[in-house]
Amino acid sequence: MATMLSVKDLHVSYGAIKAVRGVSFDINEGEIVTLIGANGAGKSTTLNTVAGLIKPESGTVEFQGKSIVGVKAHKIVEQGLAMCPEGRRVFTHMTVAENLEMGGYTRTDAENAETIELVYEHFPRLKERMRQVAGTLSGGEQQMLAMGRALMSRPQLLMLDEPSMGLAPILVEEIFDIIKTLNQNGTTILLVEQNASMALSIADRGYVLETGKINKTGTGQDLLHDDDVRKAYLGG
Amino acid sequence: MFDVTFVTQLLNGLQLGSIYALIALGYTMVYGIILLLNFAHGDIIMVGAYISWIVMSQLGMSPVLAIILSVAGCTLLGVLIDKVAYAPLRDAPRLSILITAIGVSYFLENGAQLVFGADAKVVPQYFEMDNLMLGDVQLSSVSLLIIIVTAVSTAVLTYVVNRTKLGKAMRAVSEDMGAARLMGINVNNTISFTFAVGSALAGIGAVLYSMAYTQASPTMGIMLGTKAFVAAVLGGIGSIPGAVIGGLLVGLAETFVSAIGLSVWKDAVVFLMLIIVLVVRPTGILGRPMTEKV
Ligand SMILES: Nc1ncnc2c1ncn2[C@@H]1O[C@H](COP(=O)(O)OP(=O)(O)OP(=O)(O)O)[C@@H](O)[C@H]1O
Ligand SMILES: [Mg+2]
Repeated sequence: MATMLSVKDLHVSYGAIKAVRGVSFDINEGEIVTLIGANGAGKSTTLNTVAGLIKPESGTVEFQGKSIVGVKAHKIVEQGLAMCPEGRRVFTHMTVAENLEMGGYTRTDAENAETIELVYEHFPRLKERMRQVAGTLSGGEQQMLAMGRALMSRPQLLMLDEPSMGLAPILVEEIFDIIKTLNQNGTTILLVEQNASMALSIADRGYVLETGKINKTGTGQDLLHDDDVRKAYLGG
Repeated sequence: MFDVTFVTQLLNGLQLGSIYALIALGYTMVYGIILLLNFAHGDIIMVGAYISWIVMSQLGMSPVLAIILSVAGCTLLGVLIDKVAYAPLRDAPRLSILITAIGVSYFLENGAQLVFGADAKVVPQYFEMDNLMLGDVQLSSVSLLIIIVTAVSTAVLTYVVNRTKLGKAMRAVSEDMGAARLMGINVNNTISFTFAVGSALAGIGAVLYSMAYTQASPTMGIMLGTKAFVAAVLGGIGSIPGAVIGGLLVGLAETFVSAIGLSVWKDAVVFLMLIIVLVVRPTGILGRPMTEKV
């Protein structure tokens, strides 16, 4: 199995605040890997750094064997690494179709015409609302749009930052089902979640992040049954 | 019944308002994308007017060339100002970049004074045009041309912003720069494009202004810029139709206040209008409530 993403000894600070202190992890092609941890553990910071939005102090990030530290975020998307950010961040004044078009910014119109149909297959509700302004969508629909938008670049690796945040349980199920389907169709997934039990139950492997450091790793099932993890993240 | 002076004044008001509108568009677009009040924007008009003067008066070359070089020169200058003065400060506090904009404005004004002297230059007529007669009312062909060119420019701009890939990228960047980066949008290029379009409109404004008022002076951009800025805020800063409506309102108000013999009050009336609109609608006529910037 080829390594898709390899992060080694990553350090990231915001001024004097050290948010990430020596994080290392790997993702193999075809896997779902989850990063779990409490609020402020450094999960989003790690993802944002990999995506090129933040520059790390030190450490290496290799995507498909090539270093992407210092590469501009928009170039990283071109290489096949997309991120669906925390809080969705859809373009609220633009329509659903325009949001998806922005997701496919690095692709040709012909490619986008194809991909958008695939996205509508995963998210039929987006098709019904394609001309609706994104700001008027419900939270769940906005999450679907944010994911669909990230898929438009046809990524090999999709990073999802808390896709279940603020959603009703039934929608959370739906989103996780779609994540599994995407993975079965060949997209490698890095999933950050507060909802640790859901995330671990679909993940091949997981990493537990605590105050900027990885303190545990294992298969999804191992972590799901680990006493420390159960106490800290699964409510007993 | 329309009397002759009313029609003439209406046309004058729309002519002045159109020029304000073209300049206001540049303010509003740049503010929309990087939240900067680009105080140097008015001075770009001044440079455009001097380019026309140099090309026609000094070099004796054709008016068409003067128009092309004025618009191209303004476009380049706008992009250059962004690259040299504003881009290095993209992550700096907003006040730093605002002060830089004021500095650029002084630099251009004083630079022009140094090079061309403080006295106004006369920009020759670009074209000989006969006025049109509508019944017994004489319609200024320059006014009509200015209004038409402004209408067409606004229509093209609206199309670019709403329908083209770069225009959509502009809207995406202005809403959420980080999210736009994650889409694969090159944010710096998109900002440059915005400056280019806004400054090209200023270039068109410079040519139209020179056609109507035939003067270039180092400080001409100050009042023009201030009025256009008021127009942009009045219409709702960040809004393209707002800039046009604001521009026309300011132009009409000034012209009619002067027409009834109160020309010393015209600036006061414009600022009074601004205050009233902002009290009633703090976002301006078509402005959106500020969405949170992430
Ligand atoms: N822009 C910022 N400026 C300063 N400090 C920041 C910034 N963003 C995050 N931090 C700090 O960095 C640390 C890690 O934050 P991060 O957002 O990565 O955590 P997280 O694991 O994603 O948390 P959550 O589950 O709440 O989303 C926190 O202490 C946070 O306060
Ligand atoms: Mg987070």
